[in-house]
Amino acid sequence: MRITQGCFSFLPDLTDVQISKQIQYCLDNNWAVSLEYTDDPHPRNTYWEMWGHPMFDIKDAKAIMGELNECRRMKDNYYIRMCAFDATHGWESLQMSFIVQRPAVEPGFMLSRQEAEGRNIRYETRSYAADKPEGQRYS
Amino acid sequence: MSAADQQKPETLIDLRAEFAGAGLEAYLAELDHDLVGLKPVKSRIREIASLLLIERVRQRLGFTTETPTLHMSFTGNPGTGKTTVALRMAGILKALGFVRQGQLISVTRDDLVGQYIGHTAPKTKEILKKAIGGVLFIDEAYYLYRPDNERDYGQEAIEILLQVMENQREDLVVILAGYADRMDDFFSLNPGFRSRIAHHIDFPDYENDELLHISETMLKRQNYHLSDSARDAMNEYIKRRREQPYFSNARSIRNALDRARLRQAGRLMAHVGPVPAEALITIEAEDIFASRVFRGQPDSAGPSHV
Repeated sequence: MRITQGCFSFLPDLTDVQISKQIQYCLDNNWAVSLEYTDDPHPRNTYWEMWGHPMFDIKDAKAIMGELNECRRMKDNYYIRMCAFDATHGWESLQMSFIVQRPAVEPGFMLSRQEAEGRNIRYETRSYAADKPEGQRYS
Repeated sequence: MSAADQQKPETLIDLRAEFAGAGLEAYLAELDHDLVGLKPVKSRIREIASLLLIERVRQRLGFTTETPTLHMSFTGNPGTGKTTVALRMAGILKALGFVRQGQLISVTRDDLVGQYIGHTAPKTKEILKKAIGGVLFIDEAYYLYRPDNERDYGQEAIEILLQVMENQREDLVVILAGYADRMDDFFSLNPGFRSRIAHHIDFPDYENDELLHISETMLKRQNYHLSDSARDAMNEYIKRRREQPYFSNARSIRNALDRARLRQAGRLMAHVGPVPAEALITIEAEDIFASRVFRGQPDSAGPSHV
């Protein structure tokens, strides 16, 4: 099951040219672009691992594409997302975030139900991939 | 795009229109207008701009597909406008589409070379990332290479730079700057750099009257002006200052003017009673004659003012 988080996630995967254009748009707005990766795609897992620091003072998308390719090489079967941080006073948070790499196979989530007191039901989603330890989930 | 892709191949090219279309004239006129003197530099830049314009047309017509080597070296004494011209160069390259963003990242050895093993490569790469799409200006580039210390980390930065200068020619332009003689030594010890640099531009020292013109422009920008006697004093100051050590052209003039403003402020404060508004914007001869240069001593102490 394809996970849908962030911008463009209902579209087909962006090509490198499209990613590059999106990055250039972010840079032209003076947002700092950063890369994050994870192999735990649970929707509540908001804090992904950072790939280096957010890249401030970069003017051209090519520099960031270089970092992205390096990250893809090292984390070939991980989710990678690109985040654009806006430092403008009063905003000071992400303006945009989108997935730029996903594992070849995404097994999806199991919905489990737990009977609680008074016929209440508690729901839980678990990624099938998360049964394995970190680092071996999509290999 | 190659000639075959187009419906009607272009056979006659209006270079004037190309020139105007790139907005080059505005950049070159600005260069002529804003920078005093530097005739040889300006004519070299015009030549380079024409070359790049032709190159661009050739690329469009499919006569060439390679990105030309654009790396440059600017040699000249301190204060002759190397950084200022580099900034303009970045604008010209952007206008012609040879760099995508046109920012100028100005660095020295400290920004590229690390303190310990393994520190240099990430540091240099970090700077290169910032410079991608623009111009990397390395001031006093010869400090990168220390022949006396074979374990110096500068060599590592040089290797990374050379690699990027060769493989990412379409991404960034590197300008090396420094004193002419030391740059020559640097190039002879690092032949890799010499062969990767297409344009060498030499910046001559300013003439005395050019420096006077510069000093008046600098003051005007800060809403000051020289009185007639102060202009004569400044002329004399420039003549004497040039003979002294650590003379660095326009930068020496700027420092001298800063000190003259200091003395003017002191003089006005010492004045009893109200002063006319005119006095606040006028530098008088005495503000300049008070300089140590007129007593045969160096005006600025030591190399920190170089």
